[in-house]
Amino acid sequence: MARTVGFFTDTTLCIGCKACEVACKEWNQLPGHAPEFGDGYDNTTQLDEQNWRHVQFHERTTAKGGVAWSMMSDVCKHCALASCMEVCPTNAIIRTEFDTVYIQPNVCNGCRDCIAACPYHVIGFDEASGLARKCTFCYDRLQANLTPACAKACPTESIKFGDLTTMKEVAGARLNQLRGQGMSEARLYGDTEYGGLHALFLLTDKPEVYGLPPTESAVLPSRNNARGYLGTLVTAALGLVGAVFAFRERGGKE
Amino acid sequence: MIEHFVTPPQWEWYIVWYFFLGGIAGGVYALGAILRLMGDERDAPVARLAFLLSLPVLAVCPVLLTLDLGRPLRFWHMMIDSRTFGLNFKYWSPMSVGVWVLLIFSVFAFVSFLEALASLRSGRPPFLRGGLARAFVTVGAVFGLFLAGYTGVLLSVSNQPIWSDTWALGALFLASGLSVAAATLSLVTRLGRHEQSSEAKLTRADRYFIILELALLVVFFVSLGAAGSRFLAPRWVALWVAVLIGTLVPLALHLSTQRRVPAMLAAVLTLVGGLALRMVVVFGAQM
Repeated sequence: MARTVGFFTDTTLCIGCKACEVACKEWNQLPGHAPEFGDGYDNTTQLDEQNWRHVQFHERTTAKGGVAWSMMSDVCKHCALASCMEVCPTNAIIRTEFDTVYIQPNVCNGCRDCIAACPYHVIGFDEASGLARKCTFCYDRLQANLTPACAKACPTESIKFGDLTTMKEVAGARLNQLRGQGMSEARLYGDTEYGGLHALFLLTDKPEVYGLPPTESAVLPSRNNARGYLGTLVTAALGLVGAVFAFRERGGKE
Repeated sequence: MIEHFVTPPQWEWYIVWYFFLGGIAGGVYALGAILRLMGDERDAPVARLAFLLSLPVLAVCPVLLTLDLGRPLRFWHMMIDSRTFGLNFKYWSPMSVGVWVLLIFSVFAFVSFLEALASLRSGRPPFLRGGLARAFVTVGAVFGLFLAGYTGVLLSVSNQPIWSDTWALGALFLASGLSVAAATLSLVTRLGRHEQSSEAKLTRADRYFIILELALLVVFFVSLGAAGSRFLAPRWVALWVAVLIGTLVPLALHLSTQRRVPAMLAAVLTLVGGLALRMVVVFGAQM
């Protein structure tokens, strides 16, 4: 049963139909927020406790002066080295037998440390349940040997699901194919970031455009532990010296 | 510069007040310990006052933290794994470390409180004497200082822009916590008409703490670099002005005069500045 699963989201195939968003909400019984209409076709706006898939719409001007859509169905990356899991003080966030990252709803106490840690703005706080919530990779469906709802519903196979190694092969082959066709801007995201993501993306622009940290920014919260505590320790020593100096100065032997 | 896309964790007033009161509880205990260890007999009443003050302030902290949880009744999940009933401790997660430090420090604060209360009547520390008493308050002071500072490290150990862009927040919160604690203690000392020589010592110590805090504010902004531009919005500038008034004016007052009213004004401004600092750091990074 246990296997290492992954998504491969090919943004060049996404038509922005939002079938993934609907299927996700249907299966996971997420009521969703009231739509917000801005100046684009995106009325979901972000990933959060209700939106576990979010189709981004990016309008950009091409080299020839035309307008090009680039769309991407965003999702939790189920990082191999997960920032959320690293900071979670209750151990509510676990790695499942499918190598995915799962928030146990019966353990989470809603401290929200994971929300400040996730560099992909994936997790949201659910006021109704008092819990941090995000994509479960359809943990229940995986246990029943079913494809996650989003991948199942995607009509263009922009969202592919399978074993992670297979997904990497498929992604690599697709990248070569597109580059062979002259699409030099095509690039793969997720192969190396955070120890390798379980959701790979084929992009046609810089990662930042899609709200993905560039590779050099893919760093964990714990990087700040040592220097943070060291600075505090030095300050404690300086404060102590100041206090001792002040408390002995004149006061004692007057 | 590191670029992340983070949802704000909605840590608001409960957390701001926890950071503020945790700094006072831990800082006041540490100052009481130093007064007891380094001061003379005339400092004993103020040291006792510090221990009497630390516990009640500390007692508010877990209440604030529990109320801030989405599921307050699951507060114990912080310490005990609800599935295995083993202990939860992750040294690399400051929130996990902080919970245990809060718990352990409250034992020290509780014992010192009881001891101070008992010595109010008898005049002598009843159950902790000599080397044992010194060792006890020393260890307690270490936990107190940790409590006053780790909250900044907790913010930094995230991927939230500003918080995680600097290593100086723990240091800054500790320096500010010490200053606020000295101000609190000197305010209560003045109101209670305690020993004036102790109060003068606290004022002198606060000078060092404020200078330390000002230096760390510079370090904080230098370490933030371009990320600090977020603080240039008008509402944050107003809070930064409050922080500066809460440090520079008390420092000037400490240096110029020892008269009663300006000293109390200095203490009140320090408290307001300490609260403003935590507000601007907590809210400023999330909005």
